[in-house]
Amino acid sequence: MIECRFQITKGSFRLDTEMTLPDRGISALFGRSGCGKTTFLRAIAGLEKDPRGRFKIGDAIWQDDSLFLPPHERSLGYVFQEASLFPHLSVRRNLEYGYKRVGGAKRRVRFDDAVSLLGVDLLLDRRPGELSGGERQRVAIARALLRSPKILLMDEPLASLDEESKQEILPHLDRLRDELDVPVLYVSHSTEEVARLADHLALMEEGTVLASGPISEMLTRIDMPLAHRFDAESIIEATVESHDERFQLTVLRGPVGCFSVPRNNLPTGHPVRLKIFARDVSLTLTEPVNTSILNIVPATVDSLVEEGPAQMTVRLAIGSAPLLARITRKSAITLRLEPGSKVFAQIKSVALLA
Amino acid sequence: MTEGDWAALWVTLRLAGLTTLILLTLGTPLAWWLAHTRWRFKFVLEALVALPLVLPPTVLGFYLLIALGPRGMIGGFLESIGGRPLAFTFAGLVVGSVFYSLPFVVQPLQNAFQAMGRRPLEVAATLGASPVDRFFSVIVPIARPGFLTAAVLGFAHTVGEFGVVLMIGGNIPGKTKVLSIAIYDHVDALEYGHAHLLSGGLLALSFLLLIAVFGLNRKFQVVKT
Repeated sequence: MIECRFQITKGSFRLDTEMTLPDRGISALFGRSGCGKTTFLRAIAGLEKDPRGRFKIGDAIWQDDSLFLPPHERSLGYVFQEASLFPHLSVRRNLEYGYKRVGGAKRRVRFDDAVSLLGVDLLLDRRPGELSGGERQRVAIARALLRSPKILLMDEPLASLDEESKQEILPHLDRLRDELDVPVLYVSHSTEEVARLADHLALMEEGTVLASGPISEMLTRIDMPLAHRFDAESIIEATVESHDERFQLTVLRGPVGCFSVPRNNLPTGHPVRLKIFARDVSLTLTEPVNTSILNIVPATVDSLVEEGPAQMTVRLAIGSAPLLARITRKSAITLRLEPGSKVFAQIKSVALLA
Repeated sequence: MTEGDWAALWVTLRLAGLTTLILLTLGTPLAWWLAHTRWRFKFVLEALVALPLVLPPTVLGFYLLIALGPRGMIGGFLESIGGRPLAFTFAGLVVGSVFYSLPFVVQPLQNAFQAMGRRPLEVAATLGASPVDRFFSVIVPIARPGFLTAAVLGFAHTVGEFGVVLMIGGNIPGKTKVLSIAIYDHVDALEYGHAHLLSGGLLALSFLLLIAVFGLNRKFQVVKT
């Protein structure tokens, strides 16, 4: 478990947060610009001046009332928004900078592993100035990993990159999550990144943590702002069940029933994550027949809330997984939807997140 | 060159070398602080550092002479603890030169530190480098052009000083007589040949030093990330 509590005052801004995070997987710290996400991350790293607080990771205490470890004595990797590579060192020497400063016994990440995980093999002898934005950020992530950190802190690592570079880095972050046993705290204001990468989500607003919990839960909590966005979405965990060669579809086993998506090449049993926009989900009381929609699952209405004068957001349970639907208020009344109603959710579009 | 000229050259080189060394040692933390402090009245200190740029050297020399003399603040203090006043000594010249050349060392360093910002140091800290480690592995190499410029300007400017030396060092051969004063003496005695030799030498030295700085700074130019 990772326990943190910080109180920091900077001019008129006040950060006062307390949260517990799982010590595995990717935890996203999500919120608008200026809500204190970066300050919080810097406080964990020991980079903020005059912080009051407490930080404990596993058995190690980095900070409490009587103790303050300086940044270089905290076992962490920090990826800044701009790659911030050392301009006077080659890529190889940048990577070695942190690697060399870890005692031999504490090295858990091998040099070659980090290099191949981030795909920077061919860049080793280049200078930072000769790299593209995406390449620089990949080197910066590998450099932070080679510190063999107990936690990897990432401050909007994709925010300053163009779309192409983002798409170039995301698969590496997927692999990092799946292949390394290092907890990651990932600051972001992009729901796209968070939905794809995070296992856990902490929602920040004006210096405080509103709530924190598993990602599928947090995206769909109707007492939280994410469920009310125009692009509100749900995350469903599934596994690859089979491939349909005739119609070029891949069948995925979800919590209840199966989903069909365009054919991919993932092996059977491979875990995948599905993203479903609330506006792509419609509800029927009886199982629809003669419909073009392939993905229809039985669901139970969990709760409903009005969304402006004409619309409603409905939170459904498919098995144990939450799913949001955005429908009109007229439909909700006509169908007499209320908590406990049994319905069928027709899902018009399912996006497969790697 | 006369024996006196050789002595003056030796005094000059020792003076400039020692002054540069002291200024790099004291100027580095001062420049770092000036580059990164958010103190409201930092500009007052910056003006103070820049003062020798605009002040007539004789004015600086005059006040230093008074301060370093037996009844001055510094000289009096030294005498009270059993030392000797610094006026008309080599040590006094060093003190005077340190003040005189201060902006030539502090300003290039401050500019270099401002340009690099704090980020490289924060990165180095999160990668496990201690403060001393960070100084040598990050600050020195990234700010190398700044250090080089500071060292050469500090050295060359000290070699060329005249007014301050004349006021606080006088003209004691082998002890406080520097090249620029030797040139003045030669001209005063109408020994133009000697004056030419020393002046030409200084001109060439200064030019070569600056060529070295600009050439090396080009070589060390690092590409910004």
